[in-house]
Formats: sequence, structure tokens, C-alpha cells
Amino acid sequence: MTWNSTTVDAQAWIAAGERLRAGDAHLVSLWGEPGLAHMAVAESSELRLFHLPCTANRLPSIGRLHAPAIRLERAMRDLFGLDAHDAADRRPWLSHGGTYPFLPAEGESLHQIAVGPVHAGIIEPGHFRFTANGEAVVRLEQRLGYAHKGIDALMAGAGLDRAARLAGRVSGDSTVAYALAFSQAIEMASAVQVPPRAVWLRALFAELERLANHFGDIGAVCNDASFTIMHASFGFLREKVLRAAQACTGQRLMMDAVVPGGVRSDLPAEGIEGVRALIAMARSQFPRLVDVYENTASLKDRTVGTGILSESLARQFGAGGYVGRASGRSFDARRDPGYAPYDELDFQVPVVHAGDVNARVWIRIQEVEQSLSLVEQILRRLPPGATSTAVPNGSGEGSARVEAFRGDVFAWVRTGADGGVERAHLRDPSWFQWPLLEAAIEGNIVADFPLCNKSFNCSYSGHDL
Amino acid sequence: MMADLFVQFCEMLVVLGLAPLLAGYVRTLKARLVGRRGPPLLQPYRDLLRLIRKEVVLADSASWLFRAAPYIVFAATWVAAALVPTFATGLLFNYAADMIAIVALLASARFMLALAGLDVGTSFGGIGSSREMMIASLAEPAMVMVVFTLSLLAGSTQLSSIAAFMQGPGVGLRVSLAMALVALIMVAIAENARIPVDNPATHLELTMVHEAMIIEYSGRHLALIELASFVKLLLYISIIGCVFAPWGIAVAGQGLEAYLVGLAVYVVKLAVAGLLLALFETAIAKMRVFRYSDFLGSALMLGVLATLLLFVSRIA
Repeated sequence: MTWNSTTVDAQAWIAAGERLRAGDAHLVSLWGEPGLAHMAVAESSELRLFHLPCTANRLPSIGRLHAPAIRLERAMRDLFGLDAHDAADRRPWLSHGGTYPFLPAEGESLHQIAVGPVHAGIIEPGHFRFTANGEAVVRLEQRLGYAHKGIDALMAGAGLDRAARLAGRVSGDSTVAYALAFSQAIEMASAVQVPPRAVWLRALFAELERLANHFGDIGAVCNDASFTIMHASFGFLREKVLRAAQACTGQRLMMDAVVPGGVRSDLPAEGIEGVRALIAMARSQFPRLVDVYENTASLKDRTVGTGILSESLARQFGAGGYVGRASGRSFDARRDPGYAPYDELDFQVPVVHAGDVNARVWIRIQEVEQSLSLVEQILRRLPPGATSTAVPNGSGEGSARVEAFRGDVFAWVRTGADGGVERAHLRDPSWFQWPLLEAAIEGNIVADFPLCNKSFNCSYSGHDL
Repeated sequence: MMADLFVQFCEMLVVLGLAPLLAGYVRTLKARLVGRRGPPLLQPYRDLLRLIRKEVVLADSASWLFRAAPYIVFAATWVAAALVPTFATGLLFNYAADMIAIVALLASARFMLALAGLDVGTSFGGIGSSREMMIASLAEPAMVMVVFTLSLLAGSTQLSSIAAFMQGPGVGLRVSLAMALVALIMVAIAENARIPVDNPATHLELTMVHEAMIIEYSGRHLALIELASFVKLLLYISIIGCVFAPWGIAVAGQGLEAYLVGLAVYVVKLAVAGLLLALFETAIAKMRVFRYSDFLGSALMLGVLATLLLFVSRIA
């Protein structure tokens, strides 16, 4: 994919915002560093990076023109003091000092339900404020930022090894995708060519990660409808993937398996055997479980028609992953822009238009089938050779978009002359999915929220940075 | 008289002693059915012991009602269970109370629990209480219709008499009875907060019914409420057992042997019912909150039809 990176003035910044509003482009990310705001926009198969120097820490708001930017701008003010001064919503986002005014909802017999940030299950922290009329949800507002770790600040000035480890820990369930996005950005900044075997191994790890998470998600959605047998069966499949991953990389989640310049170590023989056995087992068990899902009327009754996300919102927010693809947005970072080795692999990007919980489960089911086929292709065609190359020191700028199981992870880095990271930014797909969950639950009943939420399965940690 | 009192006393202890075991048995079965090892059978006893030892944490806004409710709920449920002939008829209390009293006792327990849920003033207590009342408003009439059907047939509202009638030769195959059985099972599922109406094992606050009402309870209060819900499950299974499978129940005046056989048969009935419950719960997903009215509405309709059919068949 072509990209260009330009320093712009306020007029050009606003002009980009106008193009976003018109729908000619979609927002990839918006972030800052002291005195400088950055925006990444995908426009006619080109990634454009705009850098806007901010005098007196002020900049014109994009969120005013294009709603998906609102939370990014609020986070930017909290983290870097860059103030989008004409924004409509000037409340803090990641910063939790002081009282937080929730948006009002007015009407007769409305009541509020506060859930979280600490939840009864073992999940990440986040606060949900429902305004409901009996069982019907009138408004849901999220309050996030409880899992803030200061990734941006930790990255600034970090050596390459440490920065890569940090990138792999932004969101633990997507550690391969994050490490891959970060590594690709570094490799672009320093113009390194990764050996082919490493490229293919990275894809293998990424597909295993996708399989593990999709298995877990499908089971978890069923579990939220109290259909525990699917949860147990998919939990079993996920465990098998994790064990195969351990055999391949020595770590169940494959943390730090992908490093700038290649992969940390070559695939051991038992790793290949493990993955082969996994695929054979999944091929025999998965279709049976899909049949159970399809033929259990009580379960389908819960998922069909619940939490419908409209196609226009999915398009406007540039929702990635199953959230977008279940609402008619045909986008997959593996295909467009696309990166090696997926250009040589045969796979489809499933798209449906229903936009409900069932559609999001269905996309996952189809993606599992695609990933199984991809893993088989990769094992068959895995090229021999070296698995890593040295990354030379030198300053540069690079970015990458990698398809994680949730959607596209965007990474941007600027390296210093010593080879370390000067500034880095990682944008989780959840940034553009969390707001859509608020929209999807409207008009549904309170008791269906867990099901909708699980079908989105947004990352708290990746979003809170 | 003394013998009746003794049997009654034994029956109450058996009910109390077996109820946690039944709950543990169903949990273990459900775990095994999905391929998990599951908790040990005796885990509910341990849980109760643990809760009793723990201190009670009360919300600042809790009134006396919140503290009193667990005792009332437990007492009402236990007394209701004492009225059901589990392994022997001729219970002492049986002459003083009947099926209508059982329904009323359970309704009082539910009323207290719903009040307690509202008392603390948290949103979850309110959600739970309002959902529970929605279920109750349909489940209770359905239950009353079932009681009508049975008592019209047997000519008595006492469970002992109904059980005796059902064992007798005059029953025959009746459509009314089949409808009453289905209605009673549906009511039992709703009343005991089982899937598909409620999920006793969920951690999702927003989907809870029974668990949402009691979410603020802790320590011995929670232990009592938990025990009451175990007893309630046993009670419903016992009612179904004594009316629709009345075999093996010892009759007053029989020897010790008959009582022991009665007890053994009763345990087998519980085991079979627990297995059926576990199978049913594993095979079905929880329904949408707004489908409760469809589900319980059909239970009510079945109850009404069962009663009506009795009259129709009598005229014919």
C-alpha cells in the first residue's frame, strides 16, 4: 500500500476532517505527542498521515465533523494536553480525576442502572451506565480507562526489544497481532526485508491466535444465553489451540514470538505435529458444534434480531473485524491494504448484512473455517531459510495495519538515530467498536446486554492503552 | 398421635438434609453432561457452612425487613415442604393444611424476598424484584389451576388424599392430568429459577432474576436463603412425585419396613427427577425476559384447560 506522511496546517487538517465527514475517507487513528497531533486516514487505497504542530496546545476538532474521532480527541487531551478547542464533548476520557457528568436521558419513569467497573465474572474493568424504562434500554453510556497502563509514555525512548515486548502486552488476547503490527512498522521505518520463512511463520501464529479467540468467543456468546454445553466444547477447542501454540512458540498466547526483523525462534518439529493434529481435530469437531448452534431453536431465538448494528453506522465508524463484516462492511486488513504472505494465500472475507448477534457469531464461524484452511496452506508451503534478520539503527517513520481477531490494529512508530523508539502509537480496533455497542443496544432489553457485549467482545486493555 | 408427630419430624429433617444434596447432584450432573468434572456432591453443604461462619455485611440503607426476610423465607418454605408427603402420608400437619396452604406459604416467602430486594434500594434488587413479580403473576394462577384440577378429581385439597386417590383404581388415563402435569412442571421450572427462565449459575448481573433479588445478602442470611431455595426445588419435585408418581409412599399405621421402603423409593424419585432436570437444562438456552409471559401463559392456559376439561368430560 502506498502511504504519504505530511506535516500540515490547520486548514488541511480541517479539510481532511471534511473528507471524513463526506465519507470519502475513513479514520484510521488520531493521536498525539507533546505539541504535535497526528491523524491517519485511509483514502482511496492510500494511507495518509497528517502531522499538525499545535501552537499553545490547541487544534481544531475533527470529532465535531466526524463522530468516530470524539473519543480519540478526548483521550489525546488527557494524555498529551492537546486540546481540540471547538469540540462538542470536552469531558475527559481516559483520565479519571473529578466527577464525570454522564449524558442525560429525560422522560417519565426512567431509571439508571450502574454496572462495573468491577464485574462479577473474570473480565476486564469498565463502567456501563444504563438508563432504562423498565427492561427497555433508552441509553447506554460507557466509561472506560480503568485499564490505562501508559503505553505511549512507556514506548517513548524505549529500546527496540523493550518496545516490542510492550506492544505485545497492549491487549493480551491479540498479542501476536500487536507484535506483528509494531514489527511491521519498525521494519518499514528501517527498510528491512524480513526473511520469507519468518513472514509465513508470523501468519501461522496470527491465524492460530484468531482461531483461539474465535473459538473462545463463540462459546462465550452461547454461555451468556446459558447454553453451557457449547461453552465447554469450544473451551476444549480453544485449549487445544493454546497447547499447539505452546508447542510452536513455548508460550500459550505466543507472547514475544514475533519480534522486529522476524520471529524469535524457528518452529520445532513437535510444533508442526501439534498444529497438524489440531487442524485434524478441529476439522472433525467444529462442523458438529456449528450444527448444534444452528439447530438449537432456543439459542437462535436469543441471538437472531438482538443488538442490531446498522450498516451506515458500521461504515461511518469504519468498524473492523466481525463487527463491521456482520453489518455489511467488507474490510479486512489482510486483503486491503494486504500484507505478505496473504497475497499468496487463498482465503475469503465473509460478509453478512443482518448486523445482529447471530451475524457476528456467524462471521466468526466462517472465519474459523477460513483460518483452518489458511493454516493448512501455510504448513504446506512454509518456505525454508532464516527466521530473522538484524534491524539496523537509524531514524525513520513507519506504520502498519494488521488484522487481529477483533479487526485492524494500527501501529505507527518514529525511530531515533540510536535505533530506539522515539514515539509510537498503537490503535486497537475497539476504539471504533465500543461506541457502536452503545448504538446497538438501544431499544433492546437490559437482560440482553451481556449477549450483545460478548458478541462485540471489545478490548478494554487495548482501548485504555 | 405420637407416631404421626415422629413421622412428621423425621420428614422435615429428611427434607432439610436431602435438599442441598439434590442441588449438588444436579450441579454435578450438569457439569458431567458438558464434559467437566464439576464440584463434589457435598459442595452445597460446605458452602452453607462457610456462609454461616462468615460475618453478615449489611447495606447502610437496609431496614429491619431486610434482616428479617431470610428467616421468614426459610421458615415459610420449610413449613411448606413439611406439608408434602415425601415418603409417608399421614403427616401430623397434613390435617391442618393443604395444597392451597403450600401455594400461599411459597407466595409469602416470595413476597418477603421481593420486598427485601427493593428494601436496599440498589438497581439490581429492583430489577430482580420486578422480574420475579412478573413471573409470579403468571406462575401462581397457573399453580392454583393445577391445584383446582387435582382437588376436583380427588375431592380433596390435601396432598395425602390426592396421593391416595392417584394410587387408587379410579384414576384412569385423563387428558386433564397430563395437562396438569405439564403445567406443574413449567411452574416448577419458573419458581425454582431454573433454565430457561433463570440461570442459577450465572455471573451476569443484568440477566439475573432470583440472584439479583438476593445480591446484597451475605453470611448466614445468604445461607438461609440458599437453603430455602434448595428446599423449594425439593418441594416441587416432591409434589410432582407424590401426585404423579405416588408409588411406594408409606401409609400411616404401616410398619417400619414400609417407611424405609418409602424413603428408598423417594430417594430414587429425586435422583430420576434431578437427572431429567439436568438433561433439560443442558439441552436448552435461557429465554428472553419478555418470553416469560409466553412460557408461563401457556402453563396457565394448560391449567385452565385441565380444569375445564374435567367439567366437559363429566357432562359427557
